[in-house]
Order: sequence, then C-alpha cells, then structure tokens
Amino acid sequence: MPELSFAGPGVRTLPPAARLVLRGALAVRTAAARALNISIPEQACRALDHAGGAALWLGPDERLLLLPRAEGLTAADTLESALRGLPHAVVDVSQRQIALAVSGAQAPALLNAGCPLNLDLQLFPAGACTRTVFAKAEIVLWRRRSDEFHLEVWRSFAAYVAGYLSEAARDLPGAA
Amino acid sequence: MSARISWRTAAGGLIHRDRRLRFRFDGRTLTGVQGDTLASALLANGVHLVGRSFKYHRPRGILAAGAEEPNALVTVRRDAARCTPNLRATQVELYEGLQAVSQNRWPSLRVDAGALGGLLAGFLPAGFYYKTFMWPRRAWTACYEPLIRAAAGLGRAPEHPDPDRYAQRYAHCDVLVVGAGPAGLAAATAAAQRGARVMLCDEQADFGGSLLSDAEALIEGQPATAWLAETLSELQGNERVTLLARTSAFGCSPHNWIALNERLTDHLANADPASARERLWQVRAQQLVIATGAIERPLVFPGNDRPGIMLAGAARTYLRRYGVLPGARAVLATACDAAYRCAFDLQAAGVRVALIADVRAQINEALQSEAQRSGIAVMTQATVMATHGRTRVRAADIVRLDGNRKPLPGARREVCDLLLMSGGYTPSVHLHSQSRGALAWNEPLQCFVPVPPAYAPLRSAGACRGLFERAAVIRDGRAAGADAAHAAGHGDGSDNAPAALPTSGGDAYAGALPQPVPGAQGKAIVDWQNDVTVADLSLAAREGFRSIEHVKRYTTTGMATDQGKTSNLNALGIVAQQLAQPVADVGLTTFRMPYTPVTFGSFAGYARASLFDPVRTTALHPWAEQAGAVFEDVGAWKRARYLPRAGEDMDASVERECLAVRRQLGLFDASTLGKIEVVGPDAAAFLDRMYVNSFSSLAVGRCRYGLLLREDGFIFDDGVIARVAEDRFHVTTTTGGAARVLAWLEDYLQTQWPELQAWLTSTTEQWAVLALQGPCSRQVLGDLIDGADLSPSALPHMSVAHARICGVPARLFRVSFTGELGFEINVPPEQARAVWDAILQAGQPHGITVYGTETMHVLRAEKGYVIVGQDADGTSTPQDAGLGWLIGKNKPDFVGKRSLQRPAMLAKDRRQLVGLLTLDPTVVLDEGSQVMAQSRSRSRPLGHVTSSYRSPALGRSIALAMVGAGRARHGDTVYLPTLQAEIPAQVVAPVFYDSAGERLNA
Repeated sequence: MPELSFAGPGVRTLPPAARLVLRGALAVRTAAARALNISIPEQACRALDHAGGAALWLGPDERLLLLPRAEGLTAADTLESALRGLPHAVVDVSQRQIALAVSGAQAPALLNAGCPLNLDLQLFPAGACTRTVFAKAEIVLWRRRSDEFHLEVWRSFAAYVAGYLSEAARDLPGAA
Repeated sequence: MSARISWRTAAGGLIHRDRRLRFRFDGRTLTGVQGDTLASALLANGVHLVGRSFKYHRPRGILAAGAEEPNALVTVRRDAARCTPNLRATQVELYEGLQAVSQNRWPSLRVDAGALGGLLAGFLPAGFYYKTFMWPRRAWTACYEPLIRAAAGLGRAPEHPDPDRYAQRYAHCDVLVVGAGPAGLAAATAAAQRGARVMLCDEQADFGGSLLSDAEALIEGQPATAWLAETLSELQGNERVTLLARTSAFGCSPHNWIALNERLTDHLANADPASARERLWQVRAQQLVIATGAIERPLVFPGNDRPGIMLAGAARTYLRRYGVLPGARAVLATACDAAYRCAFDLQAAGVRVALIADVRAQINEALQSEAQRSGIAVMTQATVMATHGRTRVRAADIVRLDGNRKPLPGARREVCDLLLMSGGYTPSVHLHSQSRGALAWNEPLQCFVPVPPAYAPLRSAGACRGLFERAAVIRDGRAAGADAAHAAGHGDGSDNAPAALPTSGGDAYAGALPQPVPGAQGKAIVDWQNDVTVADLSLAAREGFRSIEHVKRYTTTGMATDQGKTSNLNALGIVAQQLAQPVADVGLTTFRMPYTPVTFGSFAGYARASLFDPVRTTALHPWAEQAGAVFEDVGAWKRARYLPRAGEDMDASVERECLAVRRQLGLFDASTLGKIEVVGPDAAAFLDRMYVNSFSSLAVGRCRYGLLLREDGFIFDDGVIARVAEDRFHVTTTTGGAARVLAWLEDYLQTQWPELQAWLTSTTEQWAVLALQGPCSRQVLGDLIDGADLSPSALPHMSVAHARICGVPARLFRVSFTGELGFEINVPPEQARAVWDAILQAGQPHGITVYGTETMHVLRAEKGYVIVGQDADGTSTPQDAGLGWLIGKNKPDFVGKRSLQRPAMLAKDRRQLVGLLTLDPTVVLDEGSQVMAQSRSRSRPLGHVTSSYRSPALGRSIALAMVGAGRARHGDTVYLPTLQAEIPAQVVAPVFYDSAGERLNA
C-alpha cells in the first residue's frame, strides 16, 4: 500500500499487524490471555508488550490486541473457541487502522502540535496508552519507550495525521 | 522647535546606536536604530502625527509606549499578501527596510478630506446611526451606510491568501507566569527555585517590564540592569524553565487553559519564509501567576487628543529606554505622584518642563521640593482647560480649580510642544477577569483590584493587583511564585504571603479619576480609538442608559481594538458622576479575549489547505482518480460522483452509467458506508430496542432494512443489517451518519441498558464494499466466488454469506440499492483493489461500467428508496416516508415508539412521500421547489420536491416530493412555480420502476 506509507523527521509507518478488539469481563481476559499466551493489562491506560505485539487497555471492558499479521488470521478463531460460553465480543479490525511510529527526543513536542495530552514522562510513562485526539483525528497513543510513540490511526485519517506531523515537524527547534 | 532633525539623546537607553536602520513611513525614508519600536523611531525623527481618528478624522499622535496605544495604528507591509493592518506602532519592532503606512486618511495624513466630518460632529452624537440617518429609509443602504463605512474605519485587510506558516503547540507546566516585569521575574525565579516546571512569557522582545525604562533603579542594593541580568541568567540556566519572549497571553479559559501568541519572525528584516511566523501555545497550567502590570490613565480635558499629548509614563519610557526626547518644552497635567518622576527625568535630560499642573490640593512635600530644586513650577488645584495646535500641540490653557474642582475664571496659556498627563495607574486585570475572577473597587487606589480567588489555581502579583512600590512588587512576586509552586506540589509553601496593599490615598501612586470640566469647549476624548467624548457619555446618561454595559454599546466606548485599555475606567468615572452613583456600584464591563488582537493565521495554525480537515479516501480512490472520476464531498469522504468518458458531460456520463446497470452490469465503490459490528448474547435484544423493526426474529444469514428513530419519533438513520452469526450483526449506516449512529447506540447501551451483554465496534474501515449490480451480476460473480451458492434459492434477496472471492475472505451480501439483482462484496481494504480489478476484468464481456454516487441516486430514486437527510429530513416519521410497514407490530417498545402515537404524528395532513411526474416529461424540477395545490395560488404550499432527476430508464424526468396528505392525492395535478414559469405535475406513487420488484428478486 504505497499510498499509506509515511516518513518524516522521526515519523514512519509500521508494518501491517493483526488487530483484535476484545470486549468482556475479567474472565474473558483471563481466558483470552491463556489461549493466546499473552499478558492482558488490568491497569487503566497501560499496555503490555509481548513478542511481536501488545495488549492495550482502552476501557474497563475493552482491550486492543496487536499481533503479528500472520498470527492474526488464526487468533480470532482461537479466541472464539476459548471464550465459548463467556459473554464477549471479538472483532477483527486488522485493516481498520494503520500504525505510525513517532520517535526521537522531540517526539512529545511533535505530538503536542496536535495532541493536547501532557506527555511528561512522569505522567505518561513508557507503557502508557490511551485513546485521544491528534488535531481533528481520533488516535490511540501508546508510549512504547520513553522516546518512541506508537499511533493507531484509522486508515482514512492516516494521510491527514502523517501530513500534520510532517508539517509540524518543520517547526521543531533545529528543524531544517 | 521642529527645525531639529534628531530628537535622540546623546547617550543612554537600551538601544544599539551604532546599528542604524532605515525604514519608511508613509513613503518617507527615516532612520532609527536597533532596539527601537516604530513609535520610538518616529519620535526620534520628530514625527508625532501618525494617524487620524476613527470617527472625526482628528490628527492623532503617539499616546502610549505599549500595548495600550489607541492612536498609533499602522499598516506594516512586506508585500501584497504580507500586509498587516492595525498594528500598534508602539509594539512594532523596527527592522531594516520596514515599511509602514498610516491609516484612515485620504489623501494624506496631513491633509485629510475625512476631517471635514469633524465639522459635522454635531450630527454624529452617541448612537447617531440610530437617530440621524434614519430617514428616508432607503437612503440608509444606498447612501448613508456606504459613506459612513468609507469614512470610519481602520486599516484594510490584505486581499491575498496569507503565505505565511503558523505553528501551534499544546503545553503543560506547573506554573505559568504571565509578564516578565519585576513581579513576574521574581515569581518565576521563586517557583523555579522550588523545582517547579515554569513557563514565563512576556509580550515584549526583552524581559524586564518597567525595569527596561528604569535601568538605574536600585533593587535590593544592586542596579536594576544587574539584577535583571542575574535573574535572567538563572532562569535561562534552568532546563525546567521555558522563556517565551514576544509572546502575548491573550486569553484565560476555565481550568487555567491559557492561550499565548508567540511572534517568531515579525521583527526580522529577512525572515526565512519556511519558518513559522507565529506560534499559538495552548497551555494548561497547574498554577497561574498573573503579573501583567498596570496601564497609565489619561486625563480627560478638552483637546486632550492632539499629537504631542502623551501619557507621562510613556514619555519617560521613550526617554530612558529608547533615548528619545518626545518634545522640547513640556507641560505636565497630573492627578498622581508617579508623573513627577517623569517630569524630573525629562527636565534632567534637557526637555524644558514649564509647568506641573496638579488637580490635587495637597501634594507630597518631598516632590514639591524636588520640583523646586529642578526649577519646575508647580500649580496645585490646576488642570488643562483647552489646548491649541493642529497637527501638534502648541500651547495649553491652565486653570485653577476651586474646592469642588470647578474651574475659576482666568486661564494661563503655556506654550509647549509636549503635554504630558497622568491620572494614576489602572491594574491590568484582564486575565484575572477572563478567568471569572471577581474585582473589588479600591477607594484609596481609585481602581479595581482582583479579588484573590478562593479556589481557582491562579493569583495576581505586583502592579496588576494594585502594588506600585518596587520593593513590594518584587516581594509580592516572590511570594506568588512560592505559593504557586507549593500549590503545584513543589516547595514547602513558606514565604508565600502576598504583600499588603496600600491603605491610604497618600500612597505615591494613587490616582484620581479625572472629572469633566464644566463649561469647557471642545472635545474631551475618553476613548481615543473610537472617538468617544465626555459629551457622548453624558448624553447616554441623560437619555436614560443606566447599565455600564448599555452605555458601552450605545456610545461604543471601550469597543475598539484596544478594548478600552486607556478609557474604561475614565468612562466609568464619568458615567458614575452623571448617575450620581459610587463607581463601585456602576461596575465594569466584561473583559474579553483577546487582550491584544491576534492574527487569524495563529488561530488557523496548521489547519489550512490539505490539512484544513481530514480528507478521507477509500482503498479504491486511486483507481477512481486514474479513471478520471469527478468527486464529491460526503462528510469528510471523497466519493466518485460520476466517471465521464472523453467528451461526456455529467448528464451523458450518468445516463450511460444508469443504463449499464439497468441493462447489464455496474460496479460501485460503497466503502464509505458506515459499519458497526454488534456482538454479544444480547445483540439482537439491543437492536430490537433501538430499531423500529425486529432483529431477534431475523435468521442467521439474512438481512433486514432497519430504521432508527430519534426519541421524538423522527427518522434518524437507516441501513441494512445482516445477522452473520447468532450473536453477531453487521449493521450498516449512512455514510454521513456513521459516527453519530455509533455514538447514539453506545450512549443507550452505556446509560440505559448497561446490563445488556452486547458490544459495538466500528468496522467502517475494516471493510471495503464493492457493489456489483445489474442483471449480469450473478453470472460474473459466480466465476470469482468460492464457498457460496449464489442461486436465488440459496442466496435470495436480503441475505448474506461468508465466501472467498479471488481467494480473499469476504462477507457477501445480496442486497440492492438500485432495484436490480445485485451483490455487495465486503473485503478487507488491502485486498480491495485486487478484487476490484478481477471483477472489472470478468465483467468486461458484459460491458461492466463503474458508476458513481449520482447514478446511485438516480437508480434509487427510480425505485423510490429514500435517502435519510434528503427525502426524510428530520421532520419525517416512518409513515411520512412510506416506511410505516417496517415497524414491528408486536414490539413492546423501541426508541421513538411513544412519540409516534402523539396526535400531531398521526395527523392526516402530514407531508408524505409521493412521486411527481411533470406533464412535460423533458422538464426536470428543481429540488426544493414548492408544491402548490392550485395554479397561481398564493396560499401555503402543500410541500416540496426532495429529489429530482432525469431517469434514463424511463426516458423522462422523475421527482420525489413530501406533500401534505400526499398519498390521498395520487392522480391529482399540482403546480410548481419557478421564477420563469409554473410547472404542472401529476402526483403518483413514489416507485417509478419495476414496482413489483421482479428484477430485484431475479
């Protein structure tokens, strides 16, 4: 998908991933974690990394599971069998959105061109994630490391978000 | 006096005398130096006449030295597009080659035709436009308004698009300090020393505030310059401190949400066009320290607005900061002690101060003796009664006042080219007031001071809360900084007691509100920028205006771009006197954002051109672009409207596309359709409660057209819903309604029925939707599909199957919005293009034609399918739209059900969906046309046309309309008046094509 490939100062498109929205109570998450052999966070607005993916807390009964694209094809079926009998929802949103990485020492400043959150490392530490806005687009923002952010953006908003980031990057101190 | 070429002092000030800068003012080339403002450079060249007033075109000079300047508004021009009007010359930093022009004058500043209006001043009293120009009525639009508009006004806005870039940034800090004068610097230092993350901003290029005009003052034993340098270097060395110069805090919103405008390049001669001109900071400050200082009040006396009449403090700033002598012979009219310092400094610098006229009876003995030592005459109980001079003040008439401040007979004429005035200082409480903070009248200080808020996380420090003595100001700043840091979790909160306000009027800086001089002739200006006089305010009071807010609007006092920075308190004093009420009871008008004007560019920021709004495109957009599609905006989406071939216009293209679908095969990108996956054991129960029809009765693998009502019973949205598994529904919505339908459903789920085990997930962008429609669709699709039987019995109209197309897993819907046999193929967007290409290839032998939204509209109108938002418009019930049959008769309830039983919803004459066929089949009605029952009728219309097209399949025009009691009028002739003619049409059923649905069910 060349039209969805973006790069700028500190901004790049991440490879395709599988994405599942998991909804339900604690028992659902426990069973899902066991079935997929991953950790699913219970702490609000925190993500847990696992090999090639992550689970992001997006709401009391909502998690976003990121998996390698190849595993995603079977993961939904695995979950449906593991969760049989438990009230739940698993919805494949692998292609609903794409992921951007924003990295570097100035990444918080760059994101603050469009995102009103306080990205101070004390308040939004590595591992923090939340649904938020970037300018006029809704995004999921996850701080993978202190100087690297992962953005989940609906595909039709991706060009806008990437364009906004590259325009704003021109105004960072030291930008060419 | 004007023979002098330079009014620059020999030494002193904070300017770089060796860096000379050439600039142009009204075409004249002049020279200033680095560090000048445009105002100080003009004064250094002896230029006092800089503008014409708003209403009377009176010659005006430079009144102030800062943001409060009401007169010296100029247009600064770099090129045709980079041309900024209404800038205060006192805030424009000089650069090499700067080009400024004066405003509101023609043909020139010195000879202004508009000044004739001054002769008509008697016809322009307060509220004149409500009175004088009322008759004859037509003359207002034809004559009066254009003339008044031409005569009054400010600079012209540039007519070209703004070529500059504007940055925006959100920021957070523990303590934001607004104003880097002594109080602000002390506060920032105190907060930073306690470990707080501090932002400090100041509207000027240099930090220091009043210290910049007072370099020799002593602060805690050391010279102000040394204290300033030391303080700044401490702040600069702290990585937790952000210093923002040239940055105005122009608005304070709830919860310490403060807007700052940083000017990045306006001061540069050759700014890099790639870099941003301004940056809008939106700061969420945990704690706010307001240290915005105070503004000197002018005195109100007749003729107080001639060039050469200046605020005393401004004259001192020009002398001490910019090394400029603002005149040769000065008179000072004052009501406060502070102005004496100005007189002494000017006298020492070589300006002859001929006289100090003080309205007060008692003055400080120390000041009196210092005046004597300096050789300056002082008259107490005296003020200015009149001034002389046209484009520059030449003389002032001084009168003595009696005990009631009434003038005694006899006036003394003092020759002067500089008339200074000071009525004391007004604290700048704008930000405090914008934060909804209360103000209290302080009688000794004769001004409003901020009431410290009990809970709000902000505080004022220094002169903006009524402290004027420098040691107290710095002490107060430190305390405010310590207090703010502590409140933000830093430091122990000691040393945070604010300095006490002075309690007696004997304080050195106490002012007195000026009084109108009874019997005086000539205009005594209160609001310089809007030309409001004492007479205007008195007239308003006489005419019965009591509220200061009404007086403001009637006279326009305080309503100019300076928002009355120099005039509000004087206006208030005059109105209070006229109403014989205490000032505190009359109250103040609201302080509004912005503190000083902000460019539109700053607000727009990055949101312009392609970044103005997200432009959403589908996975098939690149194909459509290549195919030469013409796009239309639907919500934020770009959709292909029609795809013309060479030589085709829209009508030809749509005709071809329509006929292809009806006769053979059409392909359409329906990806923008809103999609919501509703999953969970209670998914069907939830949909039953939301939609008018039943979904628990829908079998797995089947689809149903669903209708969603608002609580008031009117149609909200619609869409086909498929049950893809026992506990899983694939819900579609309109393209534009996707987001609001999801929010609406989620709202009900979370707040009304949280016990329901159902979850909603938007899948709009998980699926690209390819609509393959037409008699040949089954045949073509059959060759590409694996895992599904497409036969009418296995996959009848309104059913869904899981299948693979070209190897890609798909949700295959047999649905139709065209009235033809058709399928909607849902595939993930990354594979959509490959599937699209395969279908196009397979369809080639059948003349497959890609069609756009216009054709989709025509085809659905031929079938009488409504579009929510077009045919159903938010006042339509299901019955109105002919969809009453959808309502589940056995359902106990659904959202909107109860409203449908209200008498008005059951009324027989409600507008109902009908078809219209014009008697002349070639005439296509205009959408929105009114439908009349009788020819040439002037009674109320029966309804209006909602959709109208030429139908290629029928070879004639068709229209849908909402018509009162329409279903009872089938067969009637109605009349549709247009500007040219009246078009007769017959009312028919709204289904024009294949009303039996044979093609659909083929």
